[in-house]
Amino acid sequence: MKIFVCVKHVPDTAANIKVVGENGFDESVKFVMNPYDEYAVEEAVRTVQKNGGEVVAVSVGKPSAANTVRSALAVGADRGILVKTDTQFLDSETTALALKAVMEQDGAPDLIFTGKQSVDSEGMQTHYRLAEKLGIPVASEVSSFTLENSRAIIACEVGGGDREVMEISLPCVIGATKGLNEPRYPKLPDILKAKKKPFVEMELSDLGIAMSSLSSTINLTQVKERGAAKMLQGSVEDMVADLVNRLENEVKVL
Amino acid sequence: MSNIGVLIEIDGQEIKAVSYGLMTAARTGGRVIALIFGEDGARFKTDLERFGAEKIVTMPGEGPVQQANVLAAAIKEFDLRALMGISSARGRDLLARCACKLGAALALDAIEVDFANATVVKSHFSGKTTALLQLAGDTILIGLRPNVIEPEEFSASAEVVSMTADVGADEGLKVLEVKKSSSGSVDLTEAEIIITGGRPLDSAENFNILYACAREMGAAVGASRAAVDAGFAPHSMQVGQTGKTVSPKLYIGCGLSGSVQHFAGMKTSRVIVGINTDKDAPIFGKCDYGIVGDLFDVVPALTEALKAR
Repeated sequence: MKIFVCVKHVPDTAANIKVVGENGFDESVKFVMNPYDEYAVEEAVRTVQKNGGEVVAVSVGKPSAANTVRSALAVGADRGILVKTDTQFLDSETTALALKAVMEQDGAPDLIFTGKQSVDSEGMQTHYRLAEKLGIPVASEVSSFTLENSRAIIACEVGGGDREVMEISLPCVIGATKGLNEPRYPKLPDILKAKKKPFVEMELSDLGIAMSSLSSTINLTQVKERGAAKMLQGSVEDMVADLVNRLENEVKVL
Repeated sequence: MSNIGVLIEIDGQEIKAVSYGLMTAARTGGRVIALIFGEDGARFKTDLERFGAEKIVTMPGEGPVQQANVLAAAIKEFDLRALMGISSARGRDLLARCACKLGAALALDAIEVDFANATVVKSHFSGKTTALLQLAGDTILIGLRPNVIEPEEFSASAEVVSMTADVGADEGLKVLEVKKSSSGSVDLTEAEIIITGGRPLDSAENFNILYACAREMGAAVGASRAAVDAGFAPHSMQVGQTGKTVSPKLYIGCGLSGSVQHFAGMKTSRVIVGINTDKDAPIFGKCDYGIVGDLFDVVPALTEALKAR
């Protein structure tokens, strides 16, 4: 079977983000594969190891996103495709159109995995838009996946720890969340081998899609951390009594 | 005046409390049309009128695909300028399906909404920055982070209508069963008070001291990534990066160092309390009240103090 896994190149979650200009940020920080996409890649690789076929890792992003596609190749994806853009924040509708165009060029997938959201723009919708454009079903927050012929049995996190067990027909788009699997770490020989795997780069403008601006970023604002805590003093009982009093009377949250 | 649809979520027999803040936000954009699936809207008439609903619509449809079809039909039938929902797992899913169906703009996990300018403020980079987004098109869909808007009563009178719509086929996605979690606790993202435990809790069993304290203040219990990865708590309880984003009135972190990734998931809480044995723990540099002490002493003492109120 042919599986596409869509990955995004994002700033490391531990990185400090500094806003530059109106809607840019200092991009000299470390970038990594979007954490939720790691679960997607792992599930795609495991599915192909079990059932045969190939995994194609695809990303839409700046030229440096090639590193994230290579990371996917290092943990078992067979081929890589990068659609190059000049912005980190592409409208999710445009990204979905680009992904669809790539899949139409490359050949229709049996299955598509991606993370349930990116941790930079946190749009949480590209996978839904892609599925709509391909006319196939989609599920998000997927924490369990079992393939059964032309369908899959999945579990989706629906809040409060409850899980909805669903049957989804193939082809489909799966939005992975934590709990789906334990992503493997790349080994050095695999990283070296990944450099020899087929990898195609193209420009977004080559795909001939219309750019969407359903949603555009007007500006970014740095969020200030709150200052140092008011440290409570005295014995445990004193501190706790002081705390309860302040929560009730000073800030009125109890 | 525009019509703003508000997707009301029901939990058991009650309207989810976070829905009222959503209605308050919606009222800044126009007439509030409350939309409810599979329930008798009349049953909630008084509650919904108290927070400004001018119409209550009971809708057919089961499962995400059918419900998204019906929501798209409701947008047309009631001439909605915007459809709002809670940015819960369920809300996000339905809003995303509906937005894609209509090719409409969608912002999830919004923390501010300006209907006049069709903009929202939402978190980017896990709360390290916010982004002001412009939403284009005749209809916009917005998922609001729970608890970011304080509910305000606004008395209105509402007509109750039952919508008939073609729910469509399930198109390849069928719900087989819902597995309820064993904890049966409040959904973290919607809780007004959260008490969270870190790695120092040291076992799943020790989380019971947090549950005991939580009971005294109607709180939900969360866990740090370290505690989840150590197997002390399920992933559904994880707060922070790769876990839940929460915004309660009060957040009490017990044995948390205060990592950037944890703060990503809870920094918009109104009041944050840190409890840690290490006076130099980073959490004390960015919370409201700090207690240096062993959580195994402090939390039971807090439970007793709350009981004595």
